[in-house]
Amino acid sequence: MTTAARQTWQVSLRYLRALLRQPAFVVITLVQPVIWLLLFGALFESVTEIPGFGGGSYVDFLTPGIVVMLAVSSAGWTGMAFIDDMDRGVMDRMLVSPAWRGALNLGNVAQAVLSVVIQTVVIVLLALALGADYANGVGGVLVLILVAALLAAAFASLSNGLAVLARQRETLIGAVSLVLLPLTFLSSALMQPSLAPGWIRAIATVNPVNWASDAARSAAMGSFDWGLVAGRVGLLVALVVLCAGFATRAFGVYQRSL
Amino acid sequence: MTGTVFENAIEATRLVKTYGDVRALDGLDLEVEAGTVFGLLGPNGAGKSTTVKILTTLSRPDSGSARVAGQDVLAEPVRVRHAIGVVGQKHGGDPDATGRENLVLQGELYGISGAGLKRRVAESLERFGLADAADRQVKTWSGGMQRRLDVALGLLHQPQVLFLDEPTTGLDPEARAGMWAEIERLAREERMTILLTTHYLEEADRLAARLAIVDRGRIVARGTPDELKGELAGDTIQVELADHDGVAARGALERVEGIADVLVDGRTLRARARDGGAAIPGVLAALEARGVRAASVTLARPSLDDVYLRYAGRTFEHAEAQA
Repeated sequence: MTTAARQTWQVSLRYLRALLRQPAFVVITLVQPVIWLLLFGALFESVTEIPGFGGGSYVDFLTPGIVVMLAVSSAGWTGMAFIDDMDRGVMDRMLVSPAWRGALNLGNVAQAVLSVVIQTVVIVLLALALGADYANGVGGVLVLILVAALLAAAFASLSNGLAVLARQRETLIGAVSLVLLPLTFLSSALMQPSLAPGWIRAIATVNPVNWASDAARSAAMGSFDWGLVAGRVGLLVALVVLCAGFATRAFGVYQRSL
Repeated sequence: MTGTVFENAIEATRLVKTYGDVRALDGLDLEVEAGTVFGLLGPNGAGKSTTVKILTTLSRPDSGSARVAGQDVLAEPVRVRHAIGVVGQKHGGDPDATGRENLVLQGELYGISGAGLKRRVAESLERFGLADAADRQVKTWSGGMQRRLDVALGLLHQPQVLFLDEPTTGLDPEARAGMWAEIERLAREERMTILLTTHYLEEADRLAARLAIVDRGRIVARGTPDELKGELAGDTIQVELADHDGVAARGALERVEGIADVLVDGRTLRARARDGGAAIPGVLAALEARGVRAASVTLARPSLDDVYLRYAGRTFEHAEAQA
């Protein structure tokens, strides 16, 4: 293993252990997807009956949407751990070490991605129990998980970068709360795009949550549209790289302000 | 690392750092000879921590340059990072992790791994008396133990130069004595270069072979503790006034034979006397002649406090209060 990979792994171990040492947090992480799927499922049960929706099973429609929504909202809080590290001397100690800056970000991102993957698996299994029909089998589900992981990776990096620049809990909480619901509603996560007004559809084309929900739905539930899935996954990969670059560079900005 | 021989382990030239309107460093120069303990002494806000942040590559100066362990901190930050150990003012340990986990991660961050790292971590835990608590979360440890972990983290990769930013602030007397003994041991047995910042005069006096006094972002005096104290020939006479008539009292004192460098700080007067014992009757008589009442008169050998007063023009406590 290269030093960079080792360091990333060791940093992620640190955040994972911290997570596992809070049993309440682990329980919440596992229960949250259950509540969301059941709650949204109950609320939107008749959504497929709206004229123009196209019919079909509400569980089939909502499952990829809930996966994507949960991925963004879980990953959005990743930077909170960085703020704790900055308040303590932990961040400064890591920054005076010769460790690769990317590892400090990616280690924390890896932890967030793993949590999201576990949550996604919980949703997938629960939806299966509720009668979801994974039209493209295990392969489709794996793409669904990949999409959730990529979306989570991008937003985890973004959250880390913001945390390092803002250095304040309140700013990060405000930013995450501000963007979370609009990103979800300006996407196909919970509503068939053909039923949304034109301006929402226009914004959705540049919304990563929409990229993810389109790809996830097509891969897991619909007729697997290779072009669409590959295109959206490509966009998400590019976003992951961009956000990781932003978070890594944020350390430099932080250090110049010290 | 190559075994390059360099006389000065730390060299800083005209460091300037501003935060908004505040000039934290105002052309600070510093030289620390390899293998010595150097004390950077000054009140809070004098610029000690800013200096450490720049020398440890955590922060960058607005202007000026610095070399640490033979490497330029701006041009070669990664090389500097390999060569230095840093114990910051705040606890650097992760409170949610165990002591052992903290040390293992620290080793990995410095590129050490495998059996070598495992052995080094075990040795380190043993040496700092943390072996029994090694597998408990650090947040359950005492403050003194956490501070020892900070030092263990800073030393794990066997640095050439160690930075200790106020290592004993907030420690109880027993933990402080333990930390002093450890720093003395590092200096004596390992000939490590140590830059120590402190606002405890006694700490600088005891640990540092050489020291510099920092005030308002500049070095105002430097030398060995004895040299600095030696510049203040004779004794210090300190007069606490019963009222506030400091200025009149000053005039009175300046006229007394054998008295020099009279300074007024609130209701305290300080002066140097070649022979303090002989000068006291004269001082008392002069004050009485002016009708100034003295609450107390004390006589002391010069301390670093007096050195600070002489160079910074204010007492240590006063400077702390202003910071």
